[in-house]
Amino acid sequence: METILQIRDLTRRFGGLTAVNNVSFEVREKEILSVIGPNGAGKSTLFKLIASFLKPTSGEVLYRGERISGLAPHIAARKGVVRTFQETTIFRNMTVRENIIVAHHLRSKASLAGFFFGTRAAREDERAFGESADEIIHFLNLDDLAREKAKNLPHGHLRALGIGIGLATNPAVLLLDEPFAGMNHDETHKAVAMVRRLRERGLTVLLVEHDMPAVMKISDRIVVINFGQKIAEGTPLEIQNNEKVIEAYLGAEDEAIGM
Amino acid sequence: MTATRKLAGLAIFLLAVFVLVPALIAATGRKDLYYTLTSVALLSIASAGVWLTFYIGRINMGQGAFALMGAYVAAVLVTRYGMSFWWTLPAAGLFCALASLLIGLPILRLRGVYFAMVSLVLTEVTRLLALAVPITEGAKGITNIPLPGAISLFGITLVPDFSTMENPRIAFYYLAVTLMVIAFAAMYRLVNSRIGHICMSLQQNEELASSIGVNIVHLRLIAFAISSFLGGVSGAAFAAVTQSVYPSSFTVTDSVNFMLNCFLGGLGYVFGPMLGTLTLYFGWNLLFQTGEFQLLIYSSVMILLMLVLPNGLLSLGEGRRKG
Repeated sequence: METILQIRDLTRRFGGLTAVNNVSFEVREKEILSVIGPNGAGKSTLFKLIASFLKPTSGEVLYRGERISGLAPHIAARKGVVRTFQETTIFRNMTVRENIIVAHHLRSKASLAGFFFGTRAAREDERAFGESADEIIHFLNLDDLAREKAKNLPHGHLRALGIGIGLATNPAVLLLDEPFAGMNHDETHKAVAMVRRLRERGLTVLLVEHDMPAVMKISDRIVVINFGQKIAEGTPLEIQNNEKVIEAYLGAEDEAIGM
Repeated sequence: MTATRKLAGLAIFLLAVFVLVPALIAATGRKDLYYTLTSVALLSIASAGVWLTFYIGRINMGQGAFALMGAYVAAVLVTRYGMSFWWTLPAAGLFCALASLLIGLPILRLRGVYFAMVSLVLTEVTRLLALAVPITEGAKGITNIPLPGAISLFGITLVPDFSTMENPRIAFYYLAVTLMVIAFAAMYRLVNSRIGHICMSLQQNEELASSIGVNIVHLRLIAFAISSFLGGVSGAAFAAVTQSVYPSSFTVTDSVNFMLNCFLGGLGYVFGPMLGTLTLYFGWNLLFQTGEFQLLIYSSVMILLMLVLPNGLLSLGEGRRKG
């Protein structure tokens, strides 16, 4: 499989704190790769660095050989690397369908002025966006809620909407920010199935997650970080049997229970 | 609302503005109302600009700066360079739009109260600039601005020279309401097109908007430039109506009023600033009879309205339709 994202010697410091320290790994096309690590390991920072929401202190992120780190988020999105957020980040006062239609921004062929004057290209875009939005809504099983204001949506559906917004941009790589956080067993089960279907759509998925069982079930490969550094990389089976990983997690747990 | 209802509403509005109001004024002989309504129409254009910046999530208290700028640009162009009034309208608008791009680039990254404060200061800076720069003639301002000339196309006079008219106030009224109708029609189209939806996405979550590929810096600048364009046009027309412009023609109070007009009418409604301007302008004048209590009553009513109707006057209609 071909490499789609390359993370090279990525480092990010906040003052004296090194949140991400010299992390390197590769993401292959159409795989599901998870980044895990104990609390405060630097997962979120790494996530933001890959999505270009944060500039690295040193190192770089390459998308198909092209550097995307340090650029504005909308440029990374334009190239095909799109992130989702945790559930509260949606367009609250728009309906589900409006949320997804507006997120088709990158697909529009007409200019903004074209939309103002209602040119043919703009009308064609509007029609295509509507159709595509309906398809995405159906894909996410949100049909019944399509006309509901996003702020009235129940929790589980909010996350689906977040993924829908990401899908609307037609990304090559979708970065999911803790897609299973706060979900019960059933919800996680459904969400895992959904992430699998994302890959069936031809997407590469990189996710940052806490929930170990879900990660083990879903990932092709896993990258483990601790104290900002990569400590292991491999298949779920390899990770489960990795000394360093066990130590990192057990160590953290021991501390948590006061041993 | 269905398309026919919208069309009917538009027809009634145009009829009222262009026929009924002048007929009523003629019947009652209250010619002074022309000046008042001209002011309302022009101020509502500037307020519409402020409303658009609200729409992208910025509290804009700098519209007075652009109205003042526009007024001076028009006045200088007419008095010094003999430019026709009709050309000064777009010229003032474009000047303000360009100025707003330069000013907006650094300040639009600020949010909430920080942007509001900086934009408020902008109004004051512009006033001080008008006092200091030689071309604006300092505190005595620019006076005796000639009335707008005729517009003719292929030898046919479309609009007669204002100075040859018996009552140019009526002509100014028609001019102002025409500008207002054009401005609000454009704004309505803007908000209901994809641009409006993207502006809305910006208002609700800038991070998410940029994650879907929206160039938020770019879009904020466009919205601010359109807003300032409207401010400039409004100021330029005002200069022509009053035939004068002073550094105090538009002050911080005006900037605040433009913002209040939007609040009062309703931030969620394109026509909010129009209704807000009308209500606020007449409300203030009606309270004149209360003398020293004018400001006290006015402010109390405003506070009360914001508490009771946080979504503005136009939200009243919505509640009824739902219920």
